[in-house]
Amino acid sequence: MITVKELTKRYARNTAVDHISFEVGKGQIVGFLGPNGAGKTTTMRMLTCFLPPTSGSATVAGFDVLEQPLEVKKRIGYLPETPPLYPEMETGEYLTFVGKLKGLSGAELRRRVDYVCERCAVADVKNKLLGKLSKGYRQRVGLAQAIIHNPDVLILDEPTAGLDPKQINETRDLIKSLGGDHTIILSTHILPEVEQTCEQVLIINKGKLVATDSVHNLQNRARGAESVLVEVSGRNGTLDFVAVQRRLEQIAGVSRVVTKQNQQNRSSFEVESGKGFVRGDLARAVVESGWDLNELRPAAMSLEEIFLQLTGAPVDAKQDAPKESQ
Amino acid sequence: MRNTWIMWRKELNSYFVSPIAYFLLAMFAVVSGLFFWVYLRDFVEYGMEMQMRGQAIPMNINEQVIRPLLSTEGVIGLFLIPLITMRLFAEEKRSGTIELLATSPIRDSEVILGKWLAALTLYACMLLLAALNFAFLFKYGNPDWKPLAIGYLGLLLQAGALLAIGTFISSLTKNQIIAGAVTFGICLVLWVISAVGTFETSTWAQVLSYMSVLTHYEESFAKGVLDAKDAVYYVTLIFLGLFFTARSMESLRWRS
Repeated sequence: MITVKELTKRYARNTAVDHISFEVGKGQIVGFLGPNGAGKTTTMRMLTCFLPPTSGSATVAGFDVLEQPLEVKKRIGYLPETPPLYPEMETGEYLTFVGKLKGLSGAELRRRVDYVCERCAVADVKNKLLGKLSKGYRQRVGLAQAIIHNPDVLILDEPTAGLDPKQINETRDLIKSLGGDHTIILSTHILPEVEQTCEQVLIINKGKLVATDSVHNLQNRARGAESVLVEVSGRNGTLDFVAVQRRLEQIAGVSRVVTKQNQQNRSSFEVESGKGFVRGDLARAVVESGWDLNELRPAAMSLEEIFLQLTGAPVDAKQDAPKESQ
Repeated sequence: MRNTWIMWRKELNSYFVSPIAYFLLAMFAVVSGLFFWVYLRDFVEYGMEMQMRGQAIPMNINEQVIRPLLSTEGVIGLFLIPLITMRLFAEEKRSGTIELLATSPIRDSEVILGKWLAALTLYACMLLLAALNFAFLFKYGNPDWKPLAIGYLGLLLQAGALLAIGTFISSLTKNQIIAGAVTFGICLVLWVISAVGTFETSTWAQVLSYMSVLTHYEESFAKGVLDAKDAVYYVTLIFLGLFFTARSMESLRWRS
């Protein structure tokens, strides 16, 4: 459905997108993952014919973005980072206007407006001014606007940014339900979002495509090493954290132990280990040595760490560790 | 064509849901009404004076009321046109809705034409409201309607040219205030350079005064004369203004 070949966007001083190539099949949901400023928005803008590429080519639904932009635009729905809403319009009026812009008319237009209002749960604000809507509603109206002409391809730039957790879940479910009929590319910098909604992931960093993979494979690659946060406290009010660290390092399979926080009788450590490591060993070791085990939980792997891992750079666990309290 | 119509309706709608259209209509009606009263009072006083002296000076309501009032309306328009055009593109650029237009299957030229036509329609509404004054002249007198119609055509062409320039300026910035101020400055310059030609007869002065938007109105349309030279001047300005707007929209994509 979407074919991108050696797509490049260069500005006067920097290269925003650097020779990116990928393909997206029909009905797939693809997550476009990367930190802020990685080139996600620029790539999406090139796919939607908003920006012309410096070099390379992109075809959407069989049409080239440079050669036949009008044909491409008929087949895509686009939700930019900030929903493009006119504050002086009412929701229904706005969706009708966008529908007309996309070439709908008459009974078909009215039917689609009602349908997207229902689908994106904005029917109850149909007669409200867009300028008065809350962030969640604005985002959903933006999504409704993108699907009004039932496009083959949906391009969503950070569709869940700025929503509250409940709204984020609703939006994700909505996007998931749209997959199948539509080919969807969505950009985000939140990893769980990709895990929950997408089948395929494109990871982009500094304008370069770092990895293209299915979510399943990506998770496996990222979890090649596991890390666990352990908090230990001493029984009699003091704790020799060096001893604890030494004891933890002795457990079979542990590759590294990093002290994260130290209080008088309480210390927390990040324990890294190879795959297949049993947390039970760790818990037993702590308890049998006469310490209390306060906490034991898997350390969430930040996107940053996955990036570094995928690009082959060493993982610096201390990078986003909380500051030492003493 | 259909897309131009859609844009036209959308723009006109946003003029009339905001107070700006009503403010402009009211301003234009009040100021032109005031001038109508002044010109008509002068006309009536002059007529009575002539009658008292027993002189039979030919009185012409077209020449003495309609013509100066139309010229004055043109000048008032000069001040209000920046307020009409400043939001056209600047607002879309600021709020990001330009992205919606740029990624919809609609040509830039259709967007520009729709917006410009909506601005022209608002101006026409202003002229129409002020035309109520002339309805009284037709009720109590018998002015010639043809010079009036040509005068109106001239005013529309003049406004069309300035609106096209304003549309272009608006497409250059995200800031409505800047768009409005620059447009106002340009309107003002295009107006006052006509004065240069009245004192100077050298070539450069003639060229400058030829460039003034008012000269082309005063020399033909105001007199009820339809001159191709002046019509072509306005149409050229309109075309240039809209052409540069299209280039500016295109450059927006290459730059941003």
